[in-house]
Amino acid sequence: MTYTKRFDGRKFDEMREIEAKVGVIPRADGSAYFAFGDTKAIAAVYGPRPLHPVFLQNPEKGIIRVYYDMLSFSVNERKKPGPARRSMEISYVTKKALEPIINLSAFPNTVTDVFINVIQANASTRCAGINAASMALAQAGIPMTDLVGAVSVGFVGGAIATDVIKEEEDYEEDGEKMVSDIAMAFLLRSQKLSLLQLDGKIDSENLKKAIEAAKKACAKIYEVQKKALKETK
Amino acid sequence: MEISELTKRRILDYLEKGKRFDGRSPLEYRDISIELDYSKNAEGSARVKVGDTEVVAGVKLSVGKPYTDSPNSGVLVTTTELSPMASERFEPGPPAIFSVELARIVDRGIRESGFIDFEKLSVKEGELVWMINLDIYPINDGGNLIDVSAIAAVAALSEAVLPKLEGDKVLFGELTTKKLPLTDKMPLSLTFYKIGKHFVLDPTTEEEDASEARLTLAISTDKKEDFINALQKGGEDPFTIEETNTIIDNAFKMHKKLKELFNKEMKKK
Amino acid sequence: MEKDKQTMEESTENSKIIVEEKKRELVVPGEIVSSGSAFLPGENTQKEGDEIIATRFGLLDKEGRLVKVIPLSGIYLPRMGNIVIGKVEDITFNGWLMNINSPYKAFLPISECQGFIRKGEDLSTIFAIGDMVIAQVIAVKAKGVDLTTRDRGLHKIDNGLTMTINSSKVPRVIGKQGSMVSMIKQETGCNIVVGQNGVVWIRGDEIEKELLAKEAINLITEKSFTDGLTDKVQAFLESKRK
Repeated sequence: MTYTKRFDGRKFDEMREIEAKVGVIPRADGSAYFAFGDTKAIAAVYGPRPLHPVFLQNPEKGIIRVYYDMLSFSVNERKKPGPARRSMEISYVTKKALEPIINLSAFPNTVTDVFINVIQANASTRCAGINAASMALAQAGIPMTDLVGAVSVGFVGGAIATDVIKEEEDYEEDGEKMVSDIAMAFLLRSQKLSLLQLDGKIDSENLKKAIEAAKKACAKIYEVQKKALKETK
Repeated sequence: MEISELTKRRILDYLEKGKRFDGRSPLEYRDISIELDYSKNAEGSARVKVGDTEVVAGVKLSVGKPYTDSPNSGVLVTTTELSPMASERFEPGPPAIFSVELARIVDRGIRESGFIDFEKLSVKEGELVWMINLDIYPINDGGNLIDVSAIAAVAALSEAVLPKLEGDKVLFGELTTKKLPLTDKMPLSLTFYKIGKHFVLDPTTEEEDASEARLTLAISTDKKEDFINALQKGGEDPFTIEETNTIIDNAFKMHKKLKELFNKEMKKK
Repeated sequence: MEKDKQTMEESTENSKIIVEEKKRELVVPGEIVSSGSAFLPGENTQKEGDEIIATRFGLLDKEGRLVKVIPLSGIYLPRMGNIVIGKVEDITFNGWLMNINSPYKAFLPISECQGFIRKGEDLSTIFAIGDMVIAQVIAVKAKGVDLTTRDRGLHKIDNGLTMTINSSKVPRVIGKQGSMVSMIKQETGCNIVVGQNGVVWIRGDEIEKELLAKEAINLITEKSFTDGLTDKVQAFLESKRK
């Protein structure tokens, strides 16, 4: 293990400072802000609302659509506005992470749109987005059986590190990348995984440890989401 | 639901008495708040709230070849994205015409005023100049996106700092202490919305829905004299020449007021 | 749980308030609101094994053996018998298509319109596009609802102003047996019709009075989960008395 002290001095199982706020976009049906330190995301929910064209409608239940994007200046090198493949994939896995707890059977032929925008990025952007979306959906009055919490855990230079930052994502040993970045989302009450993505190089033992670390962190995220919702005006 | 004809009539009736639903006078702005350095990976950024309306603007700087007809000049590109998160009326997909119009109005105001000292953005004549990407994102549409976007744009530019340059490579994340070269000819836009025979500034969404036409004026000051740098008429109904002249006169008066409010907010930083 | 039972059995005024305040807890989706068999799952809750969880964000409400969640947000789902205020969006050969602030379209057939309509009559002379109409829901189908304007009190609105609030707040604006809206009507001298779909019609003899009523209604929707709301609104209206 070469990574023994985190760049920002945090403990290995410690997340950055979390900030969560609900109702930040008054025009939306539901909205929320979530930040892991200096990774900031906002989410807005509109719906259920009519869905066009008609052939996309589901006569048995409403559907959800997720649009994740990053503001052009949220990253160091400007991201050109407009859909990018990375954003498309993240939109898709975010939808999959949220779907299991949403129940739109009372709203056939409708769509509920979830828009996520990253204001400032320092790794874990999709996780911040999912956390914001979870609260926004709740605030919008969408029938849900749970809240969803997400966090990124890294396997950095042999150590399990909760809530990785960009510096850790880029960690190298002798010029070789020594990081696995694992993004996870949990259905917070039932403790089931709805998002699981990894890139890197990790053995099975450490992967299991990383999942446990995420579960622990998400318990804290649950408390934060609950508090933010209960403090709504 | 969009406002009803009944409510539109009421808005008009009330304007006949010189009043608005929220108690403001017709040319009064809602509370303005400006937060600078809102997004730290940008070289300059601002988040502006006017009443309920919120717009975030950011500046990203890079270097590149200048345009052939201005080899000594930096480049400004302004974009707006009307994210559907800001309003149920914005749809995902390619930019709607208002999005394009909004960016171009704000851009013209800045470009024509001389606010940015483009000559000072030249690194190597004819070969390398600074390129400014000014990106504007409405976050909540509570009415008057044009003026609020213009405020966010100049606030973000006012705050922008040049990143380190190594030859022709920008070292993003490493800032110099050198600010973006600006003059004091800062433009602000005032968009007058016509409701019946009356004009209002800084409309709420309801008031925008009740209006039939708008006229935007971008105004800046050069050596204590005010100049109009950009004009844009929008909406369906036409203006009479008399109405247009009334707006122009009011614009110069209200520009002073708006500038005061803007400077007051900026001084708090 | 035991504490709840205790306070519910006491009969003093004090304990009634305590029970009411205890009932007004905000819960989040998935939150466990009761366990064991003390309660039965009501609206916006469901049984998960041995526990009952909330399936919507809102105020927890325990009444008798039923536990439910009163939503504070969410779109309007039309129900049979609801009085709604809608806007005419389109006219077909046999009726009017209305927007009732719901993802589902509403249709008012000629047959359900008050009065006699001659064959081939121009329907826009009765209700034109953009008109606001007070109507009642008489049928709820898969893709939409049917409306009627046959009964008393159902008609086109031709004066005053309209406003839209979240339909979940309508019960609070109306109040127990109409007490809240009656109080606003009295204090402002306005006629007020609150549609179940969240569209509200206010008509007074002065715009100022209409706007005052609007402000009072906005106050209710903003503070909809505080207790003593009726008193707060009364105090607000009294303070505005010239």
